[in-house]
Amino acid sequence: MLKVNNIHAGIEGNEILKGIDLEVKPGEVHAIMGPNGSGKSTLSSVIAGREDYEVSQGSMEFLGKDLMDLDPSERAQLGIFLSFQYPIEIPGVSVSNFIKTSINEIRKSKGQDPMEAKDMLKMMREKMALLEMDKGFLSRSLNQGFSGGEKKRNEIFQMAMLEPKLAILDETDSGLDIDALRIVANGVNKLKSKDNAVVVITHYQRLLDHIVPDFVHVLYKGKIVKSGDKSLALELEEKGYDWIKNDLQTV
Amino acid sequence: MDTNLHERRQSALKRFEGVGFPTKKDEEWKYTNLKPILKNDFKVFPATEDAIEFRDVKRYFLNDIDTYKLVFINGVFSSWLSETTHQNWDICTFGAALKKYRDVLDEYFNKTTPEDQPMVDVNTAFAKEGAFIRIPKGRVVDKPIQVIFLNTSGDKEIMVQPRNLIVVEEGAQVEIVERHQNISDDAVLTNSVTEIFAHANSKVDLYKVQNDHSSSTLIDNTFIQQKRDSEVTVGTFSFGSKLIRNNLHFYLTEPNCIANMDGITLIDGKQTVDHHTLADHQAPRCNSNELYKGIFDDKAHGIFNGKVIVHQPAQKTDAFQANNNVLLSDTAQIDTKPQLEIFADDVKCSHGCTVGQLDEDAMFYLQSRGIGSKEARAMLMYAFTNDALERVKIDSLKKKLNLLIAKKLGVNLDFEL
Repeated sequence: MLKVNNIHAGIEGNEILKGIDLEVKPGEVHAIMGPNGSGKSTLSSVIAGREDYEVSQGSMEFLGKDLMDLDPSERAQLGIFLSFQYPIEIPGVSVSNFIKTSINEIRKSKGQDPMEAKDMLKMMREKMALLEMDKGFLSRSLNQGFSGGEKKRNEIFQMAMLEPKLAILDETDSGLDIDALRIVANGVNKLKSKDNAVVVITHYQRLLDHIVPDFVHVLYKGKIVKSGDKSLALELEEKGYDWIKNDLQTV
Repeated sequence: MDTNLHERRQSALKRFEGVGFPTKKDEEWKYTNLKPILKNDFKVFPATEDAIEFRDVKRYFLNDIDTYKLVFINGVFSSWLSETTHQNWDICTFGAALKKYRDVLDEYFNKTTPEDQPMVDVNTAFAKEGAFIRIPKGRVVDKPIQVIFLNTSGDKEIMVQPRNLIVVEEGAQVEIVERHQNISDDAVLTNSVTEIFAHANSKVDLYKVQNDHSSSTLIDNTFIQQKRDSEVTVGTFSFGSKLIRNNLHFYLTEPNCIANMDGITLIDGKQTVDHHTLADHQAPRCNSNELYKGIFDDKAHGIFNGKVIVHQPAQKTDAFQANNNVLLSDTAQIDTKPQLEIFADDVKCSHGCTVGQLDEDAMFYLQSRGIGSKEARAMLMYAFTNDALERVKIDSLKKKLNLLIAKKLGVNLDFEL
């Protein structure tokens, strides 16, 4: 589904990613862990197509299509979804109008007609119930005055509505209390299928108790320095990132 | 000593003859140059009403709601396109009032206008026609009033000088939509003066829709005198013209008045929109709320000069002013200047001006949800201007303004705000 080959990328001449290889297949859950500043968020932005980052080397493919020529909206229309670590507040645009516009723009790109208003409403109700969200949410301005937890829940709500093929969850667990974490993780798990894939970017193990990864990758100084199964996450939790750092130094 | 209408016209003419048209040397006209416009050989007194078919101008009206209409063509009243009344309230013409309500004109005419404005003086001296609206004590007008000035020119550039007088007596309420529209491609110079007298406890909403041809120039002078507990809202929505200068003055002469000023300016090409506003707090416990949003593309030029004066007796004044702008090109320009003069000690005044570009983070966020860059840009601009529409109470107008904004942004967005 997603093939990332030897990606080097940076911002204003500072190289942050120094050769990343990653392959994600349908039905898989990948976790990318690593200390602060290792390049986790950069990787998610580069996959989503943020134009501030310059990709100097390497290639990316999604469902057989070269991602490098596509802007963020075209990537989203193909089925890539990024749950933001810091969702943007946009006063004046309601949650429902935002999602409606988003869904219909994606449909338009596929040559489909806009979704019927009543179908849209029904779908919104279902997905809100799944994430235990209040109905008043829909008419609020996008992320404006939302608590940290509400913002993250809103991200997963959008993911539920857009039904992406690949969801990248960038530090979705930060700012969530235990209950919210459980609800959000439960939502992600319910949306998982053999046809779609999830990449969870996180600093801590705790989200991975709920969303169990098939693969765990450790990102350090812009490179994936270690990959393994879910036990790697537990080991990291126990030993901390210094263990990886020391390991690398001895090598 | 009190003067009558005729004497006031005479002294305005004398003042105008003394100073002439404003130039860029005049501090109030520093950024807006009238010289190239006044070079035109304007036909000042068009004699007759031109025949216009309603279907040709229908789109400039609010059509989906019932309204009173005062329509003028080249400065001449069109009874054919208008819908006036004298039942319950007077909705007729300034020309008619000159004959019929001389006492009212003697009482109100030119009583709010400052004496240092040559363009106002020239209107005062020569104006013959415009809207006359008088709402008696306690009456609430049942439907909005549309005041529309259509200009057809034809053989020569024309100058029109509408004069509107609006008297809203104690406890009365009225909603007015005003529009100046050139339906030819010839140069039109409109020099309009509107005086509003909002008596105690009255409520007045005036919305100005400014979306004229790029050959038109509008100098709009609106002066409002408020008595105690009155609330006046003026929304100025500017999407087009070659040059628009809005002079909007609120004189809060008695306690507990509320004055609201909203503005959306959305221009491109070589258009200029110049807002000069004044909230003159003369009495205690009045609120003035001013929110102007501007989006400028290409070589468009915006000017915002917002003055708030709080005189010594105006204790407990609450004055808010914000002017936020987005420049979409390197060649667009905004000159923004808030001016606060405060002589009272117990007041709350806040003001802020911002100039920025579209937020790149927000653009990426919308795009990452599959929304193309053009639509994402439009959505953000929509959202940016949106709060300045909040006080528009006529739904039909709000819808029209949203459509004008969408059209100006070049998108057809299928969402209601």
